[in-house]
Formats: sequence, structure tokens, C-alpha cells
Amino acid sequence: MEQREIVVIGGGPAGLSAALQAAHSGARVTIIEGEKRLGGQLIKQTHMFFGSHKQHAGTRGIDIATLLENELRALPNVEIILGATVLGYYYEDGALTIEDHEAFRLMIPKRLIVASGASEKFLAFPNNDLPGVYGAGAVQTLMNVYGVKPAQRVLMIGAGNIGLIVSYQLLQAGVEVAAVLEAAPQISGYLVHASKILRLGVPILTRHSIKEALGKHTVEGAIIHRLDDRWQPVPHSEQQITCDTICLAVGLSPLCDLLWQAGCAMQYIAELGGYVALRDEGMQTSVPGIYVAGDAAGVEEASAAMVEGSLAGLSAALSLGYNSPADEELTAELRQQLDDLRAGPGGAKIRSGLEKLHPTADNPKEVT
Amino acid sequence: MRLSNHPILTFRRGEKISFFFNGQPLEAYLGETIAASLHAAGIYHLSDSAEKHRARGFFCAIGQCSSCMMLVNGRPNVKTCTTLVKPGMVVESQQGKGQLPLWNNGK
Repeated sequence: MEQREIVVIGGGPAGLSAALQAAHSGARVTIIEGEKRLGGQLIKQTHMFFGSHKQHAGTRGIDIATLLENELRALPNVEIILGATVLGYYYEDGALTIEDHEAFRLMIPKRLIVASGASEKFLAFPNNDLPGVYGAGAVQTLMNVYGVKPAQRVLMIGAGNIGLIVSYQLLQAGVEVAAVLEAAPQISGYLVHASKILRLGVPILTRHSIKEALGKHTVEGAIIHRLDDRWQPVPHSEQQITCDTICLAVGLSPLCDLLWQAGCAMQYIAELGGYVALRDEGMQTSVPGIYVAGDAAGVEEASAAMVEGSLAGLSAALSLGYNSPADEELTAELRQQLDDLRAGPGGAKIRSGLEKLHPTADNPKEVT
Repeated sequence: MRLSNHPILTFRRGEKISFFFNGQPLEAYLGETIAASLHAAGIYHLSDSAEKHRARGFFCAIGQCSSCMMLVNGRPNVKTCTTLVKPGMVVESQQGKGQLPLWNNGK
């Protein structure tokens, strides 16, 4: 049984920021990442981030991952465990079970920060199990991490930011994008991303969806159709598209299995991607000592994930007695950064989701 | 097919190695996952589903969905999208649910 002070699960933007902040506060931090490298989804993001300089706006996601990792590796009070999977959390004694290179480890942290990220949502249509139907993140991994050309011609489903950005990245990698379909009446991602692909001649078809995938052993095409204003298929509106890949960018769901196991109070909030843990303003869940940050706390942009991570890391360190006179100011600044990121029409969905979140029993949500 | 010219990224590939897919030797680079190496070789159909025997490829590429599981060096249900390729590795399409390796129960 290994004892630890703060364990952070997940080495993406939220987990890295949580570990950095907690370590800067003076706590001893262990970060556990399932992949062989840190960075999470940042390592696939070739586009420059928006927001403010505090969240590295103007820097490409992949470079942000390197910045955060270098900063973390320079700290003596940080332990980094890569290629290890946290299998479970046992609330009876607060133990984590971990598979680390075919060995089994038991770890008891004083504080736990869950930054496990999200998984891709799926879509129901005939033949959706054919090889060639890929999540948008998978296509990004192939081309941006491994430098493998993912396809010749892609049909993209979903015109949110991920669908739009990945379409642009596909064009950069020399892949044809047949069309981007969006079931909603309007493009839901940022128009700056939509304009980039529209200028390159890719049609974005709103009120359209996929009816079925075609092919025997792999994808050879798709039938698409138009939807009416009640989201029902319009008869005789079918069109056949030739493509070897159908890319699904229809949203993400928080990965919160460990939070369920820990007995955290959970709530279903569609705007946040599914079930999320109730938490206070310091990102502590209803179970004292367990914190949540990033997509695991509700699907949002990486910039917000980094700020949530910092908040969680700060509160976890504070609760262990690692405090400094600047903490109050830092907390206020981080909360302000979150408010700024969620301001404006782009943050409307997140704001509406967060408003529905019940206050935690021990920590009533402050009305601001 | 691998990308060589990219407007933003430069790819630093590891040493060139070879491995086997259903008995056929294929080239790969150290640092790639099995699924990435297979995809680069134009192999998208990885295994067949256990009950209806439908073609299976990967879906998420981050070890979450279990769609990419194959037989690797005789071991079933290996997530090939997160397992790195190794020289001489024997990768096979999996049929059925696979059998867990036998443990030496006190023997």
C-alpha cells in the first residue's frame, strides 16, 4: 500500500494544470496518465488557442502540452507515472487500484483530483460499426500524433468546434472532405473555424444527417438526408456520398466512472455532455477530499479545463494546509478567468448547464 | 500511407522495424501503435465481432471503446490503438471472445 499526498488522475490540460498548481503550492503530487506521454488531447491540437494569454492564447495546443510538461518536470515534488491505468477507487479505505506495466499497485492518496477527460459519443445508423467510422479524435490521433494519412475522402458528421477544426486539419493533411453535416439549423462551432473550411470549398450542410453507411468490410460511402424543423428525415431528400471514412464529431461524454465508484453525487446535464459530479467553487465533489476538473467535470474547451485544474489543485493543496497569502487573490483571479472564458454567446451552453447543477450539500453554491 | 509534408507538424519517427499481421510481414516505426502501423499499411479491418462476425476496426484510438482488440503474441483482447508496435510482434485478427492466459494455480 503506497501513501501519497495528492494524486491527479489524467495528464491532459486539466490534470497537468492541477498538478502544477498543487505542486507550486508546496504539496507532493503524483500524476497518473494512461498514455505513454503527457498532454492528453492537447498533443493533437495543431490550431492556436483563443481566450487570454493566461491560457496560452495564440499558442498551438501541442506546444501548450510541452510547456506544461516542462514546467511540471522541473518541480522536485512531482511524481509522474505514465502508461498506468487507474482501475478503481474504493471508498471504504480511499484506495486506488492501478495497473502499471502489468503490475498491480494500491495507492492511498490524501486528496484525489479526477481529471480523466471524456469519451466520444456515438451515433445510431445502419452499418455504424463498419471499419472507417471513426471518432473525430481518432482521426486526429492518426494524422497529428502518428503522421498517418487517415483517409482519402471523409464525410464529417457534426459542425461543432471539433468537427470544424478536424475538417480543417484533414485538409492540411491532404485529405478530401466531402461535406460536413450538422443536424441543427445552424453551425454550432465558432464561425472563424467554419469560414476556414468554407473558403476551401467544403460544403457545410445544416439540417442534414447520415441515414446509413455503405460498404461490406470497410466504409465505401454514405447515404445522407435532410431533416425538417422537427428533426425528422425529409422524404426523398437522400443523397449518396462517396467516401472511405465517416468521422463522428457529435460530442463527448465526461468519463466519470471513478467518481461514481467513489459515491460522488452526480447529476445528468445534457449541456455538459452527460452525468457530472456536483462540486463547490473549489471543484471539490460531494465526497470530501475528491476533486474534479476538465472534461470529466463537464465537456468544455481545453482553456477552461486548465483553469478548472488550477482551481482544483489550489483547493486540494489548501485543504492540506499548504497556504500562502496570495491564495485568496489567485482563487478570485482563476474564477474570473473562468467567467471570462464562459462569457458571450460561445459560453451560453456551458453557462446554462452550470446553472442547472445542484449545490453540493456541504458546500452550497455561492450566488454571485 | 504516412504523411511526409505537413504545413505545421514535423514527424519524428523511430527506427524502422517489421512485424507480422496475419502472417504477412509489415513495416512500422518504433513509437507507433499497432493500429496506426496497420492503418498506414492500408489495413482497416482488424478483427471480427464475436457473435455476428462483422468487420471491426478501431473507433476512438484512445483505448476507450474496445473496437480495436486483436490477438497480439497470442494474447487476446489487446487494445491495438494504445499498444505500441514492437519488432517481430505477431498481430492477428481475433475471432471470438478469446481465452484469457492460463494462470499456474499454485502449480
